[in-house]
Amino acid sequence: MDSSAVIQNIHRDDEGSKMGMWLFIFTELLLFAGLFIVYSIYRYLNPAAFALAAEQLSVTIGTINTIALLISSATIAMASSSIRLKNKKLTLFLLLVTIIMAIVFMVNKYFEWMGKIDHGFFPSSPTLQSLGSGDTLFFGLYFFMTGLHALHIVIGIVLIAIVFIRVKNNSITDNNPVLLDNSGLYWHMVDVIWIFLFPLFYLIT
Amino acid sequence: MENQETTWKHVSFREHKGKYKGILAWILSTDHKRIGLLYFYTIIGFFLTGVCLGLAMKLELLAPGKTVMDAATYNAIFTLHGVIMIFLVVIPGLPAVFGNFMLPLMIGAKDVAFPRLNLLSWWVYVFGAIVALSSLFMQGGPPDTGWTFYAPYSFKTSTNMLPAVLGAFILGFSSILTGINFIVTIHRMRAPGMTWFKMPLFPWTLYGTAWIQILATPILAVTLMLIAGERLLNIGFFDPSLGGDPILYQHLFWIYSHPAVYIMILPAMGAISEIIPTFSNKSIFGYKVIVISTLAIAFVGYFVWGHHMFTSGMSGTALYTFSILTFLVAIPSAIKVFNWVSTMHKASIQLDPPFFWAVSFLFVFMIGGLSGLALGALSVNVHLHDTAFVVAHFHYIVFGGTGFAFMGAIHYWFPKMWGRMYNTRMATTGWIFFFIGFNTLYLPMFFLGVAGMPRRYYDYVDRFHGPNIISTIGSWVLFTGLMIIIVNLIHAAKNGPVASKDPWGGKTLEWTVDSPPTFENFEEIPVVEKGPYDYR
Repeated sequence: MDSSAVIQNIHRDDEGSKMGMWLFIFTELLLFAGLFIVYSIYRYLNPAAFALAAEQLSVTIGTINTIALLISSATIAMASSSIRLKNKKLTLFLLLVTIIMAIVFMVNKYFEWMGKIDHGFFPSSPTLQSLGSGDTLFFGLYFFMTGLHALHIVIGIVLIAIVFIRVKNNSITDNNPVLLDNSGLYWHMVDVIWIFLFPLFYLIT
Repeated sequence: MENQETTWKHVSFREHKGKYKGILAWILSTDHKRIGLLYFYTIIGFFLTGVCLGLAMKLELLAPGKTVMDAATYNAIFTLHGVIMIFLVVIPGLPAVFGNFMLPLMIGAKDVAFPRLNLLSWWVYVFGAIVALSSLFMQGGPPDTGWTFYAPYSFKTSTNMLPAVLGAFILGFSSILTGINFIVTIHRMRAPGMTWFKMPLFPWTLYGTAWIQILATPILAVTLMLIAGERLLNIGFFDPSLGGDPILYQHLFWIYSHPAVYIMILPAMGAISEIIPTFSNKSIFGYKVIVISTLAIAFVGYFVWGHHMFTSGMSGTALYTFSILTFLVAIPSAIKVFNWVSTMHKASIQLDPPFFWAVSFLFVFMIGGLSGLALGALSVNVHLHDTAFVVAHFHYIVFGGTGFAFMGAIHYWFPKMWGRMYNTRMATTGWIFFFIGFNTLYLPMFFLGVAGMPRRYYDYVDRFHGPNIISTIGSWVLFTGLMIIIVNLIHAAKNGPVASKDPWGGKTLEWTVDSPPTFENFEEIPVVEKGPYDYR
């Protein structure tokens, strides 16, 4: 007599779950909103230093990462549709592409960060301190914001991997796709945040 | 499944046998009532810890100079008192205990929308508390910045800031999860017929609170992460020597922490809005106005954070704006007070302990609220900033407001939660001691503040001696009252006479189920036809 299971069966409410996910996404956006406030204030106070520092970042790597995330967002949305068409094989393939794109993003990020650190651009490094406070703040924000975003990517990879396994062993099916949909919502949120981070750090020079 | 339901029929949630036995049946339970009680026991534990720290501070202030502890210990103690009381007791207090227990009962649901998430939020709360309190036992000593963790001291001090900051961060998660859960529950799980404006007022205030929890807490989370970043990586956002700005920290901190004050007070107002009509045997005056003022407080509360920083350095325009908005946010609170008083007008009042707590709430909340207006005025604020006046104001609102409402709520819902009745004479005695002690403790601090005694000092000049003695004696009277109340309730929970379904004559849905409720709350989901306070 599994009491909690009984309750969950009675109270399955997909609309409710999605609503909960949307509320959670609000909280995530607000988490980043605090950082965007910090960014805009320091950009306003140090316009020249921020513009110059942004030139240190590689637009190519940033663009590749943006494309990778956009593709992954498309594939997970397609996975939500394909599970409703009862095409398990296609769903699994699309989820796999999503995960691979996320990993591509992380690998790129790793090389990008390592490159910056090799050149002495990391928080409180002597190079940055010699350049002045504008650069210190720019790279502080860069590492903090893209780092927090990368953490969300990692969480997303784990989440989508769980969804992958559950689709595989049929615990997510066309009549119970809400976890897949919610992971998709989460993933789009991560994508949208990147869409803002990319121009703010890479393109405004 | 039908069979199972009949076998559960008259077993209270306390005796219900689930998958686990013993203590596991509680700490792994997804039943909202058990989770509510789990929160209750943990919060009371932390509350008593915080009370002891408060008593120690008052003891130190009994005489000028070093009385029982040195300055560093005093700094650590007021920080811990603040962190424990704010993050571990008052913010989760009413929503997590009574919200969890009563929300589904009051809206006619069998549980909250996400029972497992609910259990998770308790575990996250406990984990956050352990992390925060671990700072006590590590080398370096407990943090000494005050609960506000102001930069730049919070990343310069050698004490254990990181655990405290991370603990508060984790506790924020718990708060967010509870908020999401309550919003979805209220949107999706109201009983058939219970339209928005037929919902009792306590769920309404929980709804407002939940929105503040999910919209404000993330800002605190990111601010605390930035403090951690300052300490670990030297990112320099708040460090003037690296180009950062410590004032920005204050802004970010209060963007969360001012709305957090409304997280503390709104559910307290909700509980009072339940108690007063029940004991007045009269429907609440101006139901819709109370609802709208709840939402107005939740909304305007976002835009007043600057009034914590009148002396920190802001533009004149910002000062005026924040001051005006601060006066504005007082209006909906005052409207509620008028509504509560009007409810009692020409009512047949039952004089029972919950009602005493409710009216004393009105008394202390008025003092707290009006002294808040004094602080919201720009010129007066410059004089009173960082004095004992602020401490007195804050405690009149948070201890007097939320604390009295918590006490009222526990006396009101005790028969429902434990299924037994307490001794009302003893409860009243406890209340008298508590009320007198409370005012003796905090009223002198208004005068001390006006006279210029700064807060957060372990020492003071001789002319402040008299009021400080009165204040310290007040703390002992208050503690006596608290002990009487606790002994009374513990005794009642074990040996009190069995309570009926509706001992006070309440009309909301939680009084239609057994005391204590069965595991399923309602064997059949009720259909709501009338408003919540259908007295006469």
